[in-house]
Amino acid sequence: MAQIFHRSANTLSRVTIFGAIFIAGFVLWLIGGIVRSPYFTNQGNAIEQVVPFSHQHHVGGLGIDCRYCHTSVESSSFAGIPPTSTCMNCHSQIWTTAEMLEPVRASFRTGKPLVWNRVHRLPDYVHFNHSIHVAKGIGCASCHGRIDKMNLVYQASPLTMEWCISCHRAPEKFVRPREEVFNMSYVAKNQETLGPELVKRYGVKSMTHCSTCHY
Amino acid sequence: MSDNKTLSFTEFRARVGDLRGKEYWRSLEELSRSDVFDEFMHQEFPQQAVALDKGVDRRNFMKLMGASVAMAGLAACAPPGETIVPYVNQPERTIPGKPLFFASAMPLGGVATGVLVESHMNRPTKIEGNPMHPSSLGASDALMQAAILGLYDPDRSQVVRRYGDTATWGDFIAAVQPVVNAAKTNGAALRILTQTITSPTLGAQMQALLAQYPGMKWHQWEAVNADNVREGGRMAFGSYVHTHYDFTKANVVVSLGSDFLGEGPGHLRYARDFMSRRKIRNGAKSMNRLYAIEGSMSNTGSVADHRVAVKPSQIEDLARQILGGQSSHPVVQALIKDLQANRGTSVVIAGDDQPAVVHAIAHAINTQLGNIGTTVLVTDPIEVAPLNQLASLSELVADMNAGRVSALLILGGNPVFDAPTDLQFAKALEKVAFRAHHSLYYDETSLLSHWHVPDTHWIESWGDARGHDGTISIIQPLIAPLYNGRSVHEVLGALIGGLDQTPYQTVRAHWFSNGATEDTWRRWLHDGVMPNTALPIRTGAAAAVPPPTGRSSTTERQPPTGIELELRHDPTIYDGRFANNSWLQELPKPQTKITWDNVLIVGPKTAAKLNFDAEDRATLVNNKQTRFAELSYHGVTMRLPLWVVPGYAEDVATVYFGYGRRAGGAVATEKGKGFDTYPLRFSNALHGGPGAKITIDHAAKPYPVACTQEHQSIDPKDVGERGIIRSATLAGYLENPKFTVDPHHGSDVTRHDESIVPNWDYSTKHAWAMVIDTSVCTGCNGCVAACQAENNIATVGKEEVVREREMHWLRIDRYYRGDVENPEVFHQPVPCMQCENAPCEPVCPVEATSHSEDGLNDMTYNRCVGTRYCSNNCPYKVRRFNFFHYADYDTPALKPMRNPDVTVRTRGVMEKCTYCVQRINAAKIEAEKDNRRVRDGEIVTACQQACPTQAIVFGDMNDPKSEVAQLKAQNHHYALLEELQTRPRTTYLGNVRNPHPDLGKPATDTEHEG
Repeated sequence: MAQIFHRSANTLSRVTIFGAIFIAGFVLWLIGGIVRSPYFTNQGNAIEQVVPFSHQHHVGGLGIDCRYCHTSVESSSFAGIPPTSTCMNCHSQIWTTAEMLEPVRASFRTGKPLVWNRVHRLPDYVHFNHSIHVAKGIGCASCHGRIDKMNLVYQASPLTMEWCISCHRAPEKFVRPREEVFNMSYVAKNQETLGPELVKRYGVKSMTHCSTCHY
Repeated sequence: MSDNKTLSFTEFRARVGDLRGKEYWRSLEELSRSDVFDEFMHQEFPQQAVALDKGVDRRNFMKLMGASVAMAGLAACAPPGETIVPYVNQPERTIPGKPLFFASAMPLGGVATGVLVESHMNRPTKIEGNPMHPSSLGASDALMQAAILGLYDPDRSQVVRRYGDTATWGDFIAAVQPVVNAAKTNGAALRILTQTITSPTLGAQMQALLAQYPGMKWHQWEAVNADNVREGGRMAFGSYVHTHYDFTKANVVVSLGSDFLGEGPGHLRYARDFMSRRKIRNGAKSMNRLYAIEGSMSNTGSVADHRVAVKPSQIEDLARQILGGQSSHPVVQALIKDLQANRGTSVVIAGDDQPAVVHAIAHAINTQLGNIGTTVLVTDPIEVAPLNQLASLSELVADMNAGRVSALLILGGNPVFDAPTDLQFAKALEKVAFRAHHSLYYDETSLLSHWHVPDTHWIESWGDARGHDGTISIIQPLIAPLYNGRSVHEVLGALIGGLDQTPYQTVRAHWFSNGATEDTWRRWLHDGVMPNTALPIRTGAAAAVPPPTGRSSTTERQPPTGIELELRHDPTIYDGRFANNSWLQELPKPQTKITWDNVLIVGPKTAAKLNFDAEDRATLVNNKQTRFAELSYHGVTMRLPLWVVPGYAEDVATVYFGYGRRAGGAVATEKGKGFDTYPLRFSNALHGGPGAKITIDHAAKPYPVACTQEHQSIDPKDVGERGIIRSATLAGYLENPKFTVDPHHGSDVTRHDESIVPNWDYSTKHAWAMVIDTSVCTGCNGCVAACQAENNIATVGKEEVVREREMHWLRIDRYYRGDVENPEVFHQPVPCMQCENAPCEPVCPVEATSHSEDGLNDMTYNRCVGTRYCSNNCPYKVRRFNFFHYADYDTPALKPMRNPDVTVRTRGVMEKCTYCVQRINAAKIEAEKDNRRVRDGEIVTACQQACPTQAIVFGDMNDPKSEVAQLKAQNHHYALLEELQTRPRTTYLGNVRNPHPDLGKPATDTEHEG
């Protein structure tokens, strides 16, 4: 009986077998890349809002402190979105006729709240608490990026678990003095020595067990 | 064991005799040790046996697959954007993300229990007891916990109805005005029927109404009422009085058919006070002693040191013997001795269901012993208008039948469903020309009324009510009425002519005209109690000895022969008003462990008399079924499933009423319908009586009963051998305080530290742990309900409970010991043991369950793929699996009810007790912010917070000063299945009972024999 396959088929079969491993590896790598990409994480997408509120103007330009609006960031899990009345503290005095601010005035007039689109969204099975991160010296900008340079806010970090845990494993790389937490432009000069010292001083713990966040 | 195919009752008794009372058992089926039971036990995971109800045919399969493919496509789209809606003006003190607690009070049967309601951004989510309220002291029961579901219940009535059609409040006012105006000339034609009222504001409104319409009559009726208590009080003291008790001072307590630890006004306080005298700690020398004389097994009876099971009709005789100081019954003799040795420091308490004369006798005994004024406190009545409700309702029915009533307003209650059957309330009602019904649900009475006005839930309306000692609380709403409800103050206001007054104004105005100031008002609202409003205690009150009712006080009267029926309200759905509450429906009833149903309960001896074959029953029960029986009583015949429970006196049959609702919500009328047993309730025998006949229907198809008794159970052979329950008498404890030492492994189970994974060092961190004192657990289920509310635990329905798929994270195992007719009962709450060497962890292929640094056994829902290996490997059987999508994601009304700090689990995910990790984390965060350790007592788990007897203690066992560490150092401390080297963090204190020394050393002691 004549040979069905030419001898070169041996090589071909070896290539296919090894190739399959590489192809499988490539597919996994590709999936891994896709789920970390902004396409999936929404990183970097500026979200339209009912009022085109500019953090660049209010924070970067006017220098308003984060806590003027996000009042519960030091006491609660939720940093807080300001009530309309907070906007009107200033805007009853300045820019009182600006068309751009009509939804704010309308809300104040009618008592109907403004509806903002959420930018930073965590799944329901993750519990994040702002107050403890602020108390332990994690700056706003560490997660939210340079808000003071954003016109419309976008999600600066991927908010993947991998990203969360990178800090939870090594908080000394990110911790900053408490007085610098709300400083958008803070850059550590000597994090290698300062970090471990702050970790000690603030009692920062590397918390990586599941129920730190998942419950 | 294979020769035990059939087991007659005599063999059965013989077997029990053999046990010499040493062995613990959970059910009669287990005790019989028949093949069927063994088969059942070896089938370790019956909940996995059934996948789908019916097979899926090809057509449906194609449909489902087609839909799945289409859905899969949709799911690939990006999730819809989420919005954030801030306030326009943020209220003061509101911090988004942090709950606030407001004091209020839950009225039940008119009597208030103080509560603190947790509010997340003005959404009430959880109810706790108010530590400042005398009836609660911080504890709560299952009914209080489930009230939160009652508030959001989408089946509640949502609109005013006229002849069943939608109408408005304005329409109702327009219709009712001419009717009541006509009553100005003929007041007697206008009647108002209410439930029991202790509310001073409501009382004042009723008085105003009576003044405005002279001749108008006010009737009261509640199916669960205190008529007998009131009449007994009047017999003894000459006028209506109210009695409450101080159990902290009582060394000896005698219950005459009373379940004072389980239900009734002040039961939470009573349980706390009573059990405070039973907490055995190192160095303890004494404890109180409880005698219970009762027909059926109650929570109180289940923890008694001596329980006498008699026919209910015999209780009076025994009470008279106690009064006379002579008895032929050995237990009663000992009891009399005990009482006489504890003059002024004992309590004799009669049950609400007992006839008035028994109450009068109890008062006379207490007077004789000098208990009145010390342990038994007599005050004026707490009701605004105490009367005999049965007489009041009978009068109303007679007048309706005679055509003397032209308008009837029923404010609350459901008399068409729950009035005594012989009064034929529905028939009489139809003779009334104008009838209106004000209630939470569109129920049986609403259906027969011309007008229906939806009521407000107590969480959404203003009001006030008195606690068990008379202390007044303001009922403060947490949320505006969800479903267009109108509070009873508004309805009465409309009749009096205060249309524009809100309930807030009504209540406030009442108190401001009675001496309140802005300061005191705010203080009352904040505290949840008005200080010093407890009714003054009458000093020198002496009860008259009730006249003999033709019964001898020394010899036992021959009890009526035949079966005696005992009618009681349901332990979870009460008189039927909570029938639409699925949490309460699925809560195992304390003594029977039955969910979603009511049954006809008899003891084993009665069952044997009825020819209910033990083998037949075991086979059926193991398949979660039972036989129907025909019950005839006073000419009424009814088919009910027959259920056999140990501890019921011979020839006593118990039936709970409250089930069988015909209207009032989908849960009440479909899923948890059960059987309407109100037709057995006659006005001359509201609580049952002799003359019942039962015949088993062997031919009929067996009825499925969702009883959780054997669910998630530890192999019965292990219960005795491995010391799951360890108990001793007080004498035994004093002799050998370390009676809980493991029977097989000596004084200490050798710790094996070798392990393939490195041992974790917990010494530097917190080490969360829990100790449960089994001596003081009454099995009330408060913890189970609290856990359900706190942790967003889903209900699964009767069919799924039958498959053992109920989701409660915490179960209360109930064990018996000794005589099947009157066994000792032991309750053991079993949450997750949070083992340090958790067997569930190494078997998880995806590391969805792992250990935290504090020693918690974490469960990560989003990682779980549902292999269920963990649950298979758990020796304590505390893991629960979502076989289906049990959590209701869709009903909009239920979304705001959930605890936002706990994930709502989806299908295919394992879950279990977390030690309320959300509370642990919240406390840890607050402590970390202050750079300190969490203080002892700062973290309170939901079960611990609810527990009326403080049987559950949680804390950091690394802190030697913590309460939990101190309990772990007790001599009678033990762990379950310690020899498995699981090192459970949840551990127990052994059960100590205090039987009378004269009654011989009962079958309890310090050793464990298999």
